Amino acid sequence: MPDPILHTQGLTRRFGGLAAVNGVAIGIEHGRLHAVLGPNGAGKTTLINLLSGDLDASSGSVIYKGEDITRHAADRRSRLGIGRSYQKTNIFPAFTAFENCRLAAQSRMPRALSLIADAVAFRPVVELADGALEAAGLARRGGRVAAALSHGEQRQLEIAMVLATQPEVLLLDEPLAGMGAEEAALMVELLRKLAPRHAILLVEHDMDAVFAVADTITVMVNGQILESGPPAQIRASAAVRDAYLGTDFTGAVA
Amino acid sequence: MLNRKLIAVGATLMLLALFPLAGSGFYIELVAKVMILAIFALSLDLLVGYTGLVSFGHAAYYGIGAYTLGLMAPKYEAANFWLTLPAAMLAAGIAAFAVGVFVVRVKGVYFIMVTLAFAQMFYFLFHDTKFGRGSDGISMNFKPIASIGGFTPFDLSNATHMYYCVLVLLVAVFLFLSMVLRSPFGRALQGIRSNEHRMRSLGFPIYRYKLASFTLAGALAGLAGYLSALQFGFVNPELLSWHQSGNVLLMLILGGVGSLYGAVVGAFAFVALTEIFQALTRHWQLLLGGAIILLVIFLPGGLASVANRFRRTLIGGADDA
Repeated sequence: MPDPILHTQGLTRRFGGLAAVNGVAIGIEHGRLHAVLGPNGAGKTTLINLLSGDLDASSGSVIYKGEDITRHAADRRSRLGIGRSYQKTNIFPAFTAFENCRLAAQSRMPRALSLIADAVAFRPVVELADGALEAAGLARRGGRVAAALSHGEQRQLEIAMVLATQPEVLLLDEPLAGMGAEEAALMVELLRKLAPRHAILLVEHDMDAVFAVADTITVMVNGQILESGPPAQIRASAAVRDAYLGTDFTGAVA
Repeated sequence: MLNRKLIAVGATLMLLALFPLAGSGFYIELVAKVMILAIFALSLDLLVGYTGLVSFGHAAYYGIGAYTLGLMAPKYEAANFWLTLPAAMLAAGIAAFAVGVFVVRVKGVYFIMVTLAFAQMFYFLFHDTKFGRGSDGISMNFKPIASIGGFTPFDLSNATHMYYCVLVLLVAVFLFLSMVLRSPFGRALQGIRSNEHRMRSLGFPIYRYKLASFTLAGALAGLAGYLSALQFGFVNPELLSWHQSGNVLLMLILGGVGSLYGAVVGAFAFVALTEIFQALTRHWQLLLGGAIILLVIFLPGGLASVANRFRRTLIGGADDA
C-alpha cells in the first residue's frame, strides 16, 4: 500500500458534549478513491470540514505530505492542493458559470499580476476554467448565470469549481445529491476519470455509485470508524450490516 | 448593453465639461463640490458595493486627507499642489491600513460599529488636541499652487480651473476603479462580496484582499477630502464626523450600491435634494429622510437601477426564447 498523501491521527471534533468526529484515523492515497459511508449524523461532513479547514479540530492532527496542517486555515490548505466540494451548493449565484470557474482558477495565479490586466485576458486561467467546465459536463453552459442553472447543473458547477483549482486531493461531499439519473451517471464517469490522477475522499449516499467507483470504503457510525477496507470486505461485513439494519443496504448493493 | 452604458457616461461627461460655459460662479462651485463628493462616494462604493464591507466611518479618511493639507499648508505662503495631494492620499491610505488591520477581521454589524468607533477616535483626535487645533479647525491663508519648476498649468484659486481640476480627477478615479474592478483583484473582491466562505475555500487569502480594498478606499477618500479642503480653504473636525460618514452612505443608497455610475448619480441626487429642500423649509432633513425612505422602498437598487431594470426585462425575455 502506498503512503497516504493525506491522513489523520486521532482526529476529534466536539460540539458541546457531542463528539461528531471521535478519534478518527483515516488515510487517502494518490490514484485511489476512498469512499466514506454512514448513516445521517455519522460525522461524514464534519470529517470533510476538518480535513478542508472549514472546522478546527478539538484534538488530533491532520497530516498532508508529511506536514502537520491541523492549524492551517482553509485558504492555505486549498493553496497546498486540497480542494473540496460542498453538499449544499456553494457557488457565486450572480456570476456566470464560467466566471465561477475562472475565479476558482484565478486563486492559483501569481498575485503580482492582479491589479494590471483585465481578468479575462489571462489565458492560463481562462483555459483552466474552460477545461473544468468541460470536464464537469458544462461546456455549453459557461455563459449562463449560475443562479439560472438547473439544480443538477449547479451540482456539476460545484465540482467544476474545485477542478479549476487543480487540486491533488479532492474532498467531495455528496456530489451526486439531487442529480438526475443521467447527470449522476456522468458524474460517476467523471469520478472514474479523476481517480487515477488524484487522491479522492468521497462522501456519498448513493450505494450503487460508491460500490462502483471506490477502491476503499470506510463506514462511520457515531463519529467513529466502524470498518474500513475494500468494497468486497465491507459488503460482507456483519458489523456494517448491523449498523444499517432496517435499511435496504444489501438490496442496494445487489 | 455596453454601448448604452458608454452613452450615459459620455453624455454625463459632456454635460459636466460644458457646464462652466453656462453656469454662474455659484453653480460652478456647487457642481465642483458635488464632484468632490462623487469621488468620496466612489471610494466608499469600492468597499460597500464591491467588497461587501459596510463602513460607517469612511469620513475619517476624507477628514485625514483634508487635514493633511491644513497641517502642511505654510502660514505665509502657498502649499504645493503636486506635493500635498499625494501626501493627503498617502496619509489617508496609511490611516486606513492601520485601522483595516483590526477592522477587516470582523463582520456584519460589528464591522459597522468598529469602523464608526475608529472614525470617532480620529474625530476626537482633531477635535480635542493641540495637534488638530481644536473645534475651530485650520484656516488656510493661501490656496495651494500647482507649479512645477516655475510653470503653473492651472490656477486653483480660479473657480473654473478648480472645477476642471476636480472633473479630471473624478474621471481619473472613475476609470481607475473601472480598471480595478475588471482586474483579477477586483474580481476577487466581488467574489468575496458574493460568497466569502467559498472564496476562502478556493484558496483566496480573504484578509489581505479586504485590507487592500480598505486601504485603497481610504486613500481615495483622502483625495476627496483634500479637494474639499482645497476648495473651501479651511478644515474642521466636522469633516470627520459620523454625519459625514452617514451622508456618503446615503449617496450610495440613493444612486445605487455596487455601481460606479450610481455613486456619481447618488452624489448629485443627494446635494440636489438637500439644496431643494433647504430652499423650501428649515425642516429640510425631514423631507430628505422621507425622500430616502420612499426611494429605498420603491427603487431598492437606487437611481442607477432604473435603466438596468428596464434592460433586464428585455434581456430576460429574449433569453428564454
